[in-house]
Amino acid sequence: MANQNMSKIKRKSLFDADEHTKRRNAAEKRFRWYGIGAISVGLLFLAVLATSIIREGAPAFTQTVVSVEFTLTQEQFDHAEKQLFKTKAYEGHLVSAMVSRLAERNLKVAIDGKVLERLLGKTGATLREFYRANPDQLGNLVKFDLTASSRVDGYFKGRVTRETLQDSRFLMLSDLDVVDALANAGIIKQAFNWNFITGTDSGVDNPGGAGIGASVVGSFFMMLVVLSLSLPIGVAASIYLEEFAPQNWFTDLIEVNISNLAAVPSIVFGILGLAVFIQFMHLPQSAPLVGGLVLTLMTLPTIIISTRAALKAVPPSIRDAALGVGASKMQSVFHHVLPLAMPGILTGTIIGLAQALGETAPLLLIGMVGFVARGYPDGLVAGFADPNSAMPAQIYTWAARADSSFYEKAWGGIIILLAFLLTMNIIAIILRRKFERRW
Amino acid sequence: MAMKDTKGLETQVATNEIKIAAKNVQVFYGDTHAIKNVSVDIEDKTVTAFIGPSGCGKSTFLRCLNRMNDTIDICRIEGDILLEGEDIYDRKVDPVQLRARVGMVFQKPNPFPKSIYDNVAYGPRIHGMARNKAELDAIVEKSLRRAALWGEVKDRLSSPGTGLSGGQQQRLCIARAVATEPEVLLMDEPCSALDPIATFQVEELIDELSKNFSVVIVTHSMQQAARVSQKTAFFHLGELVEFGETEQIFTSPVDPRTESYITGRIG
Repeated sequence: MANQNMSKIKRKSLFDADEHTKRRNAAEKRFRWYGIGAISVGLLFLAVLATSIIREGAPAFTQTVVSVEFTLTQEQFDHAEKQLFKTKAYEGHLVSAMVSRLAERNLKVAIDGKVLERLLGKTGATLREFYRANPDQLGNLVKFDLTASSRVDGYFKGRVTRETLQDSRFLMLSDLDVVDALANAGIIKQAFNWNFITGTDSGVDNPGGAGIGASVVGSFFMMLVVLSLSLPIGVAASIYLEEFAPQNWFTDLIEVNISNLAAVPSIVFGILGLAVFIQFMHLPQSAPLVGGLVLTLMTLPTIIISTRAALKAVPPSIRDAALGVGASKMQSVFHHVLPLAMPGILTGTIIGLAQALGETAPLLLIGMVGFVARGYPDGLVAGFADPNSAMPAQIYTWAARADSSFYEKAWGGIIILLAFLLTMNIIAIILRRKFERRW
Repeated sequence: MAMKDTKGLETQVATNEIKIAAKNVQVFYGDTHAIKNVSVDIEDKTVTAFIGPSGCGKSTFLRCLNRMNDTIDICRIEGDILLEGEDIYDRKVDPVQLRARVGMVFQKPNPFPKSIYDNVAYGPRIHGMARNKAELDAIVEKSLRRAALWGEVKDRLSSPGTGLSGGQQQRLCIARAVATEPEVLLMDEPCSALDPIATFQVEELIDELSKNFSVVIVTHSMQQAARVSQKTAFFHLGELVEFGETEQIFTSPVDPRTESYITGRIG
């Protein structure tokens, strides 16, 4: 039998593959297609995600504004200040300015105070405040950019249509004729919404005025706390564990616990922070300081694990070389091992920070959803200790509000959050390239 | 040294003082008894070769001489190793100070990923051997000259040490080791990663270095041991089988195991 087999094998040409080889090649080909398929699915999801975020979020960066130029004389000002409803008087002047602008273009629509209020909200107070603060502008031609109401804004962005609109005290169908006329006259238009990037959160009835700026500042102060605590603590802990600690049951226990901590849900850290930092230590509520402390706890395991991996990846021959010329343990670590591990450490740290930046659940538990309407914190201490919100918490708050304009703001907030994360990742890549050395 | 005959060499060797004296050294890795009762005297200004088959403990023993085994947790050492009469495993001894006096060159060239200059200057810097830049420059030049590398690298001292060829890297490591002016130079198979030409250069270097230092070299190659050393120790299964003049070991070994190894029957 053996001889027969031998002769059979000998007769086989190299040019035609046998059954076994064919099966093996087919399996390899199949596996390659699985891989390509998996990557395609991933890319598809990414594309869907990116397009939907941009499509939904882009409107948040524009805002419908009504820009009117008109002159208020000293007499008109004095007259208005004598009225019982002073703001009404100012609104009257605004209406007449708009009507005359429309008349110039032969557009005739009926505007009264009620219509104006539905289109722009209560504008009289804004005008009155301006002239009381700048009396020298009386008699001059002044241009006002007033934000349109959420429904008018929605009409321009396609959220509100003539078909779906039902008359209500917020907006009547007839108002849309006025809006169209104003748009024709160039009085009402879309403008880039700087307020969304730099502004503060607004009340639930004024989605147009909502901005993410204050919570960006909150996130920034939180990240300062996280970076300044978790990087030194994490790196010191990893160096000790990796280079100095003896191998025994106690260090094994620590290792297992660090790995477990990395897998603990973030909300657990949130409730821990609530109990320890706020209820026990009485740190200020809703403060970026507390948020930063909680996120530090969450980020530490990530940084420790990645730093230890980076230290482990440094070839032992480098340590031997340093010890061999009489360097102490610490010198060998700080002069040679740490610089080589630096790219890995930095990457791990920035990934940890990016994770912390996008974390919402623990912030909700410690009340980092402060409503900041009065502007940025003044000074460094206030930045850490005053109630504030953070980007993801702000996005969550907006998404939970009823007015559909806030929904659009939430998407816009996500674009800004992603922009920050992308920037951080790019910094990580640049640092990695810069520090990377070959050996 | 004018007389090149064996007799002259022997008398010269015999007059050298003993640099390192190891007495009844035992090494354990956990439960494994890696070195069994080894006693060796290493003389000054002499090349001593440790030969033996893989896993016989010669590298382990070499690493005991400058306490490099301290970094391995499970390693335990018994017995005495004296450097000029002082026990290097005494509680008062700082291994860092010891390693400045007993330098080491490793099997695989392991230059730091820094410039050639910084590689050599590192040891003198951390030991505070130079007061200013000029002194440091002088040390670097002297060390590179000793390692027969100066001519090849003097124009590119600031280029990375890792960019050199394998043989040059190993000579750079030797320069780095001699820069701290050690008394003993331990070499753990320094030529195993090198080609014959680089090996020849390093061997010449060892011969040159032995005028100033006591050199201990671990090698797999019996020819190399015969070429470079004056004394040879043959290790087998953790035991020191035979120790003596290199010529005597290679021409008239006393122990039958040594003879079997040298003639290629074991190992």
